[in-house]
Amino acid sequence: MSGNPRSLQTDYFEHDADVGVIGRGASLEEALVAAAQATFAIMADLEAVRPLERVYVMFDENDPEFALVRWLNELLAEARAQGIVLSRFRLSRRDGRWRGEAEGEPWRSDLARGTEVKGATLTMLSVKAIPGGWEARCVVDV
Amino acid sequence: MKLDVLEALSPYCWSPVPTPGEPAPAVRLFGDESLLAAMDDKVLEQITNVSRLPGLVGCALTMPDAHWGYGFPIGGVAAFDPEAGGIISAGGVGFDISCGIRCLRTNLTLEGTAPHLEALANQLFRDVPAGVGEEGEIRLSPSQLDEVMLEGARWAVAHGYGQKGDLEFVEERGTMAGARPRNVSDRAKKRQRGEMGTLGSGNHYLEVQVVDRILDPAAAGAFGLHEGQIIVSIHCGSRGLGHQIGTDYLITLAKAAAKLGLRLPDRELACAPIESPEGEQYLGAMNAAINIALANRQILTQLTREAFARVLSEARLETLFDVSHNTCKREQHEVDGQARLLYVHRKGATRAFGPGHPEIPEPYRVVGQPVIIGGSMGTGSYVLAGTAASERIAFSSASHGAGRAMSRNAALKHWNGRELIDSLRARGILIRTRSMRGAAEEAPGAYKDVDLVAEVTEKAGLARRVAFLRPKVCVKG
Repeated sequence: MSGNPRSLQTDYFEHDADVGVIGRGASLEEALVAAAQATFAIMADLEAVRPLERVYVMFDENDPEFALVRWLNELLAEARAQGIVLSRFRLSRRDGRWRGEAEGEPWRSDLARGTEVKGATLTMLSVKAIPGGWEARCVVDV
Repeated sequence: MKLDVLEALSPYCWSPVPTPGEPAPAVRLFGDESLLAAMDDKVLEQITNVSRLPGLVGCALTMPDAHWGYGFPIGGVAAFDPEAGGIISAGGVGFDISCGIRCLRTNLTLEGTAPHLEALANQLFRDVPAGVGEEGEIRLSPSQLDEVMLEGARWAVAHGYGQKGDLEFVEERGTMAGARPRNVSDRAKKRQRGEMGTLGSGNHYLEVQVVDRILDPAAAGAFGLHEGQIIVSIHCGSRGLGHQIGTDYLITLAKAAAKLGLRLPDRELACAPIESPEGEQYLGAMNAAINIALANRQILTQLTREAFARVLSEARLETLFDVSHNTCKREQHEVDGQARLLYVHRKGATRAFGPGHPEIPEPYRVVGQPVIIGGSMGTGSYVLAGTAASERIAFSSASHGAGRAMSRNAALKHWNGRELIDSLRARGILIRTRSMRGAAEEAPGAYKDVDLVAEVTEKAGLARRVAFLRPKVCVKG
């Protein structure tokens, strides 16, 4: 299962009203993990979020681009429903079945707030192989 | 956007120059040269894509505050006829279904309120949950949530959040018909846990404003506005439930479109015929989300009243109007002399019925529907009134806000949240927020010139300016 190794890179790209997130990693799974980091870093300083609670997600998706959107939306929905913020992510894939887990903690008053991300969209959606690994990107709605 | 790809039909209405050998797109862009020149090319690309969807009636339109969105541009309007195979699109409504503005007028003046603004800002910030991670105190059982999805603001008033008189001044009188809670996923319902009566984040806000200028005394009189009066505007939507519906149905409608052989130029334009099982399912779910938004703004209205009462016991807050700007609604419009029932998508656009329309509350009917153009926290907002011309040229629609001129990433590079809040304080505007990042992203300089947007909205004939509101306190999400 791909976790948070040093090979992960996060970045952002421009969108008029919202935010474009980019995740890069040595594998497809790592790229999606990095995209999750980029997404949750809009909401909080991930270094300050303690791994006190864990959520699990599982979904079936053969299309890597739809898988990115599913992965981010599963995490965002689960985090919102449980009132927690996530900071550490792991993801694995066998055929078209994806299993992920994430750790974080309930929002607390001394945790600096960023901007709420409500969901991942199909806008500027791209998941592709790049030299040395994979890159996943899409616009997230804030 | 390069103006050489556009042809001016008037100084405030433009159409794309047709590509040789191709039919001219049924597109109209409202704006002046400067607003259009500042728009991203994507706005034209997106509205052109919208114009090619089945069953479009007339033209696909962009308002003067348009900017690049998901599938549809924000500030996009398009009407579809179900009898002509017309579609309904989740991308044409947006993720924050029924996001809108509740405007409250008060019996207070700036002169009398000024010494209490600091206390008022603190009280509002304490009492109104705002920002990422903040939850409300209302916890609903599954059956109660279903009731809210069916009854909207009426549910809130019936449960002590507001006054019956509020409902007359809420679109649909507070309850959107046709809601189908069973069409809403369990996940969407679960996401709403803790979110009733919350402001949210991003561009959502609660502002205490002063009526700075009256521009149309007759309409201002009908709306109960006078210079120096304190006004409150609450901008938010259907929270997690609405967003999850958008997410869920994007996939459902994309699959429906593929099944029906609809070729979509952009996946975010996922849609289905209005008269199809998938289209009807989305419509029922979207209407449920509209009711959630109406109830949410009604609850926030009551929280605001209570916060005011704790600081200024003499305060009376009445609903001036509540208008949504992310919807698809079934409306009757006259097209080529014939009355037709159409489904009008307004994504980041406000309904703006002209004088005499039966949907307008009786006290305002003679002057037109109140329209609210929300500006940034440092500039101001406008109250406008719908016009008869807007029915002819834009299915009774108008601008909804200043519209972003700069991306959030770019704004973060330009402004520091703390410094921005301090500079606004020096100008007499008190900001309360838990997010310095959010403050920087929402910097006034990241938005278009709201004065210009409102002026062009009027000159284009979409709505006429009634009053300018200047911010005094802003609780940011």
